[in-house]
Amino acid sequence: MIYGATVAALLVIMGLSLVRAFKGPTVYDRMVAANTFGTLTVITLAVYGFMRGRPEFLDIALVYAVINFIGTIAVAKFVKFSHLGHPAGDDHGGDI
Amino acid sequence: MLRAFSLGFVLLVLWGLLSGLMEPFLMALAVASVLVVVLISRRMDVIDHEGHPIQLGWRSIFYWPWLFWEILKSNLLIARVILGQPMPILPAVIKVKGSQKSELGHVIYGNSITLTPGTVTIGLERGELTVHALTKGTADDLKSGGMDRRVTAMMGDEKKYAAGAGGGEP
Amino acid sequence: MDLDLAGNLVIWDMIGWALMSAGALFAAIGVIGIIRLPDVFTRMHGAGMVDTGGAGLILLGLMVQAGPTLVTVKLILIAAFIFFTSPAATHAVARAALNGGVTPLVEKGTDHKKTKAREKGGDGKSSTT
Repeated sequence: MIYGATVAALLVIMGLSLVRAFKGPTVYDRMVAANTFGTLTVITLAVYGFMRGRPEFLDIALVYAVINFIGTIAVAKFVKFSHLGHPAGDDHGGDI
Repeated sequence: MLRAFSLGFVLLVLWGLLSGLMEPFLMALAVASVLVVVLISRRMDVIDHEGHPIQLGWRSIFYWPWLFWEILKSNLLIARVILGQPMPILPAVIKVKGSQKSELGHVIYGNSITLTPGTVTIGLERGELTVHALTKGTADDLKSGGMDRRVTAMMGDEKKYAAGAGGGEP
Repeated sequence: MDLDLAGNLVIWDMIGWALMSAGALFAAIGVIGIIRLPDVFTRMHGAGMVDTGGAGLILLGLMVQAGPTLVTVKLILIAAFIFFTSPAATHAVARAALNGGVTPLVEKGTDHKKTKAREKGGDGKSSTT
């Protein structure tokens, strides 16, 4: 019961975070919103696993956390360099 | 070498906790993959005081509860700020100096600053952190340097790993 | 490792529910902050609230409900992972924004000059879309 309520609340919160992802105005706002959306997805997966009594969902949540992090870093790097294999060496902006 | 063994042990325990199965075949697979990962990590030269900081030891255990308490306090503070009508925010970019000696210490300090809502580290250069603070209270709190002292105390004697010295295995 | 709650003390259930409700509340406030706050850097504070207060308290509530089992260990792993990666991701976005030429919105009476000095990093090559 409480799990269902929490999942419902989290889904509403995820929808709210999409508002910022759609509105922007800069690409960095969208990145912040997308990262938050990913974190909320991880929590929702964990709570959903408890709701259905299926602990396997925790493994999915763990993997999703990894993907969320790598995805955010990759997008941040891609937006900065328009390239994922850019070296950090001579750029005074440094690596991201 | 000690670090490599420690890393292997941690990875093995992680495997056991994640799978929860103790069949001989799966344990053989676990040992094999842990060996491969440790060998690759050694070849990549990432098993050092930064990649696997066992030298922090028990002191880091006492740091975590304090950090959680700080995070909870500033969460309540920022919640009140966000729900304010109008929002009582005063964004500022401030610079603070980290008194840690190694780069690992600076990174831990910077990450602790980012973890407490209300302050975000947006730059770190040679021990000087550029921090974006949301309100005057959070900025003043950071300038008072309580967290800096805590992190330095947790890092302990780190002259061996001072910035640029290169570290290596003890 | 089943999630059957029968046999657990009711008081622990209550504590778990309270923690989960508090976490959901923090997550909601954080997202409201992301929507309400005026620029990228201030919005990161809202995102930080979701990552620490929201995720941490909800996972703590689940840990209390699960009791001392492997499930709790996995929850601790998830929480630790979020706690270690969230500052790194936030920092990456902040660096990208700074290099992309976004100036932090700074109110009067704070360190204006220092902000300007640091802004030389933004080379204007990258588009801010």
